[in-house]
Amino acid sequence: MSKEMLLEIGTEEMPALLLPEAIDDLRKLAESELSAARLSYDNLRIGCTPRRLTLMVEGLAEKQAESVREVRGPRADKAFDAEGRPTKAVEGFARSQGVSLDELVTREVGGHKYIFASIREEGQATIQVLPEVLRRIITGMPFSRSMRWGYSELRFIRPIRWIVAIFGGEVIPLEIENVKSGDLTYGHRFLHPEAIKVGGINEYIEKLRQAYVIVDVQERREWIWEQVRREAENQGGTVLEDDELLEEVTFLVEYPTAFVGTFSSDYLSIPPEVLVTTMKEHQRYFPVVDNQGNLMPMFIGVRNGTGDNIQVVVEGNQRVLKARLDDAHFFYREDTKEPLESKVKLLDNVIYQARLGTIGEKTRRLQNLSVFIAKELGFEQIEQTNRAALLCKADLETNMVYEFPELQGIMGRNYALRDGEDPMVAQAIFEHYLPRFAGDELPVTPAGIALSLAEKCDNLVGNFAIGVRPTGSQDPYALRRQALGIVAIILNCKLELDLDQVLRRSYREFTARLDLDEEKTVSSVMDFIRLRLRGVLQDEGVPYDVLDAVINLDVSQLLLISERARALTEIKEQPYFEDLIVAFNRPFNLSRKEGGQLVRPELFEDPAEKELYEAVLRLNQELPGYLNRREYSAYCEKLATMRPNLDTFFDRVMVMVEDDRIRENRLALLKQVVQMFLNFADFSKLVV
Amino acid sequence: MALTFQDVILTLEKYWSEKGCIIQQPYDVEKGAGTMNPATFLRALGPEPWNVAYVEPSRRPTDGRYGENPNRLQHYYQYQVILKPSPDDVLELYLDSLRRLGIEPEKHDIRLVEDNWESPTLGAWGLGWEVWLDGMEVTQFTYFQQCGGFDCYPVCAEITYGIERLAMYIQNKESVFDIEWIDGITYGDIHHQGEVDYSHYNFNVADIETLLTMFQLSEREALRVLEKRLVQPAYDYVLKCSHLFNLLDARGAISVTERTAYIGRIRNLARSVAKEYLAQRERLGYPLLKDAAQRERLGLDKGGKIDE
Repeated sequence: MSKEMLLEIGTEEMPALLLPEAIDDLRKLAESELSAARLSYDNLRIGCTPRRLTLMVEGLAEKQAESVREVRGPRADKAFDAEGRPTKAVEGFARSQGVSLDELVTREVGGHKYIFASIREEGQATIQVLPEVLRRIITGMPFSRSMRWGYSELRFIRPIRWIVAIFGGEVIPLEIENVKSGDLTYGHRFLHPEAIKVGGINEYIEKLRQAYVIVDVQERREWIWEQVRREAENQGGTVLEDDELLEEVTFLVEYPTAFVGTFSSDYLSIPPEVLVTTMKEHQRYFPVVDNQGNLMPMFIGVRNGTGDNIQVVVEGNQRVLKARLDDAHFFYREDTKEPLESKVKLLDNVIYQARLGTIGEKTRRLQNLSVFIAKELGFEQIEQTNRAALLCKADLETNMVYEFPELQGIMGRNYALRDGEDPMVAQAIFEHYLPRFAGDELPVTPAGIALSLAEKCDNLVGNFAIGVRPTGSQDPYALRRQALGIVAIILNCKLELDLDQVLRRSYREFTARLDLDEEKTVSSVMDFIRLRLRGVLQDEGVPYDVLDAVINLDVSQLLLISERARALTEIKEQPYFEDLIVAFNRPFNLSRKEGGQLVRPELFEDPAEKELYEAVLRLNQELPGYLNRREYSAYCEKLATMRPNLDTFFDRVMVMVEDDRIRENRLALLKQVVQMFLNFADFSKLVV
Repeated sequence: MALTFQDVILTLEKYWSEKGCIIQQPYDVEKGAGTMNPATFLRALGPEPWNVAYVEPSRRPTDGRYGENPNRLQHYYQYQVILKPSPDDVLELYLDSLRRLGIEPEKHDIRLVEDNWESPTLGAWGLGWEVWLDGMEVTQFTYFQQCGGFDCYPVCAEITYGIERLAMYIQNKESVFDIEWIDGITYGDIHHQGEVDYSHYNFNVADIETLLTMFQLSEREALRVLEKRLVQPAYDYVLKCSHLFNLLDARGAISVTERTAYIGRIRNLARSVAKEYLAQRERLGYPLLKDAAQRERLGLDKGGKIDE
């Protein structure tokens, strides 16, 4: 037999941004606590609004599952005497465990036989164990930000004000921080503050709906989106899909009603990014665009409540937005009184990082480094790169970026275009922060690419050189993201860039006193970037053994490493691969032992040695061409042709002979063979 | 007739007085927020209950706009309420105060939007909300978790009303300067010229050398007085340091590197004051803790010391 269980933790308004995580945590915690308590159920789901976290379990067993527990007793040889009669020890054990002697079993543990009592425990009634289970769930919630209130000892996301705990219509008695559980919930804070008695899950959901609370997250979310879209359509516009905003709004209201507000079209002269940020980030409104994609002078807000008195709400919101847009307008006018370039000199007063000097100094480093990169990449837009680097941080000194930090780069581009800067310069200012998050757009202009790489190398090199590097979950300067950005740009734009040279150049741009020397800094940054590259390729499906084979090659072009990884993945599937790996393995295993590099043909004793040597000489002529042309499959196919030579060699020649000179000479020959393989990839890492 | 600015203040004073709050008066040292008044910063510490409400003139030198911006002031008023320990119905109490001001929550859209407050100079932080009234932030609501670097136990609720915002809303004004202070006299009549003058002073005229010297003198005096364990006189000089720092900041005299160092210096002072205050209250036997059961719980009145 089973029944429904309902737990509602009623709280003061919880932070919208933390609730998705809280729902997950509640589900996992409930699953693990119910299973630990041996309580089976049919279905478990979570409801959540700003004021309640609800656990709904259907088909919860009325009794715990029976448990069987084995307790170890005395050793078997001490349990029975020579006549097979039970000893005092085993009798005492059986008595203490409440079992009869014939219920004892023997099991081997660690090479010895022991007597075990097998103890069956009847499951307790669910209602008896639920108080403790629920208490553990509530107090075990791991919020990323939690607090105390009043005299509370418990930390919770926000103060707990009521608890509904019911099993089969019966209250599960429970007390947390002076709040006693019951069967009374509460509706919308203003529209239905009175208590509501509930008995079961459906009754709970329906009665709350009558009391202006939609408990189901998905239902609320869909209803909001439907209303928002309809309101926009009624105005002849559309709202852009925005999951993040929709999710936040879903967790800000218990009973959503969308409404349209308007603002004067005069404000449309403010850059659209500013309007959107003001509406979305500050007010949680949905911006509306026309069929050209241009912003319309209106917004969709979502009220927590019904349509009653909605006009008051609309007017209030319009007034707030107007004040904010007035501010933005003021900042924009102030910022554009002088050209962006005039802000550059102010950057000498802004600290980049205490030990790494000012943003002004960083700007000068970026100018040099981005121009170096642009030249390395063969870009012609040197002037634009230099100019973009000079201006790229200037918007940090504008009012708009001070007010809306998330608009850095975007305002820089806007102001640069206004000043009549080359469009590529303006675009590069925006692009130098790209990518800002996983999956974000990447720079596309030459100046933007060079500058974006320079920015990221400078961040990595500077921080690593003063001992700041990510550890575990700690990455305050988002250095992993910087390294990933470098990988993404190089691979996507197919850049042939010697990263080692760039990092060295970047290191030399620093005038501040650094902790690590150039070698250490560059190699640790390079390793850090290789690790990110490895992750990226792994996500693309490159097998781990292939990655092991290529990731640590002495190749400082990420593009080449990734090409070889992809090529090797395919080569592993080719018919000639077997020859290839056989040709590699024996020479590799032998040549690891000892031996020099220099081959002396005069010491050859067998024609097979000479033939192999000639094959090596021939391939050494041909192979570098393949590598340079990046014809990896052809390179490997050529290598595989060595197999017959090698087979003959190993058939006829004994490598590990007594004579030192002969042995070393043969090993040196094999080393040369192996080196040709290693020039492409470390085949020893492959799992065949 | 909509409430005047002073009606708003008087209504809140009356309301919180009815709810058992001590109605204190503004503290007579310049400060950036009502939190810095010793009636909050010090009283939030330690086990003694404390319910207080007061108006606090607050100065934010960098927010000056020469009286040209309708929403920004370098000198404004906060209405501050501290309820310690935070009562279970604290949000209802707050919402009733809005009703008393004629704002019916049922007719508006009132939201509690997460906003976590931190004051690096005071070593204080808490979790709570901005209260939105139809999209406008009218109140900051915070459960103090730490103050002066010490855990707050019990936790107090801090309610900080932006009374200009509320008055603008109630009177339907677009500019703070148009708020009717009393019938026929506006907020602008009283404060506009001050905004202009202070903006000039804060941004252009204040003498950096003098302010730096004053900062050093105040810091030295705070430390000297602290050694004598005179809590509130020492705290006065911490407040002076904080205000002088804000002035220097507005004047553009503090670079970003120095900024962190200055904030650290003020926080250290604040922490020392908090520590002295806690010690002083303990020596006094927590006279504001009147509840016998609570005293018993903390092991007071037995001649013994508190076991922490």
